[in-house]
Amino acid sequence: MSVPLFAPRETNASITDTVSGLVLERPTGRLWLFAFALAFVLTAWLGVGIAWLLARGVGIWGLDIPVAWAFAIANYVWWIAIGMAGTFISGGLYLARQGWRNALNRYAEAMTVFAVSVSGIFPILHLGRPWFFYWLAPYPDRMGLWPQWRSSLFWDFSAIVAYLIVSILYFYVGLIPDLATLRDRARTRGRQVFYGLLALGWRGEARHWQRFETLNLLLAAMAVPLVFSVHSMVALDFSEGLLPGWHSTIFPPFFVAGALFSGFAMVLVLGIPLRRYFDLGDFITARHIENLARLMLAAGLFVDYSYAAELFNAFYGGDRYEVAHAMAELTGAYAWTYWTIVGCNVIAIQALWFERVRRSRAVLFVIALLVLIGMWLERFLLIVGSLYHGFLPSSWGMFYPTFWDIVFLVGSIGLFLLLFLLFVRLLPVLPMFELRKLRARLDREAA
Amino acid sequence: MSVSCDRGWLARFDSAGALLQAVRELRDLGYTQLEAYTPYPVEGLAETLGPVRNRIPLLVLLGGLCGGFGTLFLEWYASVVDYPIDVGGRPDASWPAFIPAALEMTILFAALFGVTGLFVANGLPRLVHPLFAVPGFEAASRDGFFLWLRADDPRFDEGRAHADLARLAPLSIDEVVP
Repeated sequence: MSVPLFAPRETNASITDTVSGLVLERPTGRLWLFAFALAFVLTAWLGVGIAWLLARGVGIWGLDIPVAWAFAIANYVWWIAIGMAGTFISGGLYLARQGWRNALNRYAEAMTVFAVSVSGIFPILHLGRPWFFYWLAPYPDRMGLWPQWRSSLFWDFSAIVAYLIVSILYFYVGLIPDLATLRDRARTRGRQVFYGLLALGWRGEARHWQRFETLNLLLAAMAVPLVFSVHSMVALDFSEGLLPGWHSTIFPPFFVAGALFSGFAMVLVLGIPLRRYFDLGDFITARHIENLARLMLAAGLFVDYSYAAELFNAFYGGDRYEVAHAMAELTGAYAWTYWTIVGCNVIAIQALWFERVRRSRAVLFVIALLVLIGMWLERFLLIVGSLYHGFLPSSWGMFYPTFWDIVFLVGSIGLFLLLFLLFVRLLPVLPMFELRKLRARLDREAA
Repeated sequence: MSVSCDRGWLARFDSAGALLQAVRELRDLGYTQLEAYTPYPVEGLAETLGPVRNRIPLLVLLGGLCGGFGTLFLEWYASVVDYPIDVGGRPDASWPAFIPAALEMTILFAALFGVTGLFVANGLPRLVHPLFAVPGFEAASRDGFFLWLRADDPRFDEGRAHADLARLAPLSIDEVVP
């Protein structure tokens, strides 16, 4: 690997000026406005969908017995999984002292915060009476009731709450020094006040920095096990069920691998256009993109192994219901989903073995999109594939999405995009102070 | 670090190395009330400035213990004391099933305590500070390395402090005034 971590011509001053300039000086481009308008319209549709859902109930989705979980839960699992790569890049690679993470962690963390926020909408709306969602939390209520502590649904609730809050804290604490930079460099009164309030008066005193670094290290060390536990809890929602295809010990690691896989795909899907639009080639180099592609391949191979293990266990175990479930996946009503998943998540990623593919951003972008589609379909099949084909033929039944199912899926993508677009417009997309620190480290190593 | 002081001299240096060297020399001269401002965390700078009190790890541990044991206690209290439900004779205190939520709350409270501790220990938020009024100080968040020789230093003496600073060949020296 001879490609440097970032262009040697970048100094402390130029790093600061380039990154803060993207927020403070660069005019709002037409492309951004167009994307924002699009995301806004989609988000507005999500708003309409939510209003309609509150008025009419979850029946507006194609839910029925036996398939009582479908798009909403698939969306939830898909979105929360996408968050994982952000935490892994900012936490896991920080602990592993991987200098190349510094150019990626800010936008990957933002991606995590937004993806987890979007994902949290779905289980709440799925409750049936979403306005009572706070009944999930343990508090001394007048009914004298407590949550069911032994249920994986409560574990999942506590996992989402902890993950969302810790992600926001981690993201915000890491932003404070950069917000101070924006405050110091802002020229208009409005911006000075805006960033000044957000920066809380950060000055960069040496002892402040030391505590800041200690906390960042500890947060990273806690975020990694947290994110592994979150995806295990999501998996336990299914594993604790008795349905064939769900009742399996492989689920927690399988969900963790799938989460990393789709997360890296989303980091690439966001990063490649971001790098081009903001001209960040000096910071997000070929090496960063290639490393992400390698990680996506590695996580993808774990997922592929899980697919193989699932089939092997079904046939080797010989349980007739597990075998029937496996056959239904391979040849049943939703077989087209299964084979699309194989095409996206197994076959497409094999191209990543080739260096030329890993260096071609356009091809990588397409593969990452395929992975995101494949992972969504996988979540869909995982849920519907077991529910539609239970123990008794009398309880078999198909799921057909309604117009509103599509609205919620597309609308959630719109909301995520909207948040991300606001992020790139208002906040520094690269962590400036970490790049300055990396600059110092590289200079020291070179000397 | 008392927050009451709002006077002194602010010197700017051109690199982290020069700042570190300057801090060392002033410490050797007997100055104790020094503060250094850098655009990124500089290794060893805090220790050079004087004894460091960093209680973040302790707070994080405390938060984790509170969150974890607090949740276990709540689960136990709700299932055993306040509202026991007999499900096929299984024990009311189902400890294995209590662990997942307790794990999540351990991490959540550890993070909350740590972040709160960071703000309190660093005296943030503090939106108004005499240093913000010193011209050029905004470079501390870009490429400037600053040293503030505080007026509450026992050795501080307007003229001598300025001379001591000037000997270190800083890029500039400015007066900090309230």
